[in-house]
Amino acid sequence: MAPALTRRAGLGLLLLALPGGALAQEDAVATAIREQVGDTTATEGGITLRAPPVAENGGQVPVTVLVDSPQTAEAHVTAIHVFATRNPTPGVASFRLTPLMARAEVQTRIRLAEDQRIIAIAQLSDGSVRRTAAELRVTTGGCLS
Amino acid sequence: MTLATPRIRVPRSARPGEAVEIRALMEHPMETGLRQEGGRAAPRDMLQRLTVSVNGALAFQAEFRNGTSANPYHVFFLKLDRTSELVFTWTDEQGRSARAQARVTVG
Repeated sequence: MAPALTRRAGLGLLLLALPGGALAQEDAVATAIREQVGDTTATEGGITLRAPPVAENGGQVPVTVLVDSPQTAEAHVTAIHVFATRNPTPGVASFRLTPLMARAEVQTRIRLAEDQRIIAIAQLSDGSVRRTAAELRVTTGGCLS
Repeated sequence: MTLATPRIRVPRSARPGEAVEIRALMEHPMETGLRQEGGRAAPRDMLQRLTVSVNGALAFQAEFRNGTSANPYHVFFLKLDRTSELVFTWTDEQGRSARAQARVTVG
């Protein structure tokens, strides 16, 4: 046990040496994701995040999240969560979906303070979690702060 | 202050089970409380959620956080197996709400 603890302590020191801002931001993103989906491991695939690679106006960036699902009572997407990794706060929105929807698709508009990675996470009725991400560039940042 | 009048686009009729495109736009500043204005933070003023029900049953809900744009605009697709009454309700963090309603004739 002791060597593992030492290694962890060493990692702690290494993390302390990293720029605080970036670390705090990553932490905030991880925390925001955990708040929504818990600790379930997400798989890649079966989820698409569509967004322009370069957004002229960071205040209004059109984003579509689409999950492969029959959206029936037996098998459907129950939620889609969107996170922004380099905004002042990572939360964008959570969408609750039901079998009354024809497909697991939501189009929305988000705001981005600067170039960053957007993460979309879907929760399914069988308890599984899917995740995807996209890198977006922003010409003029949205006025978040 | 009351909320603006929402704008929705819903087809008047649809065939049973087909994907029906729904568009919903709500004018709102979505002020996060983080933005500086004249040396101090502009007060927070945010919509909290949009709920959409079909014949009284919850069909879709959006919960907004800081990253949602001003004037939230959403597009999604419903499937309706019978003539349906759609009710859209936007609620802000102060508990104020605005409502829109539409009927889709299915057959």
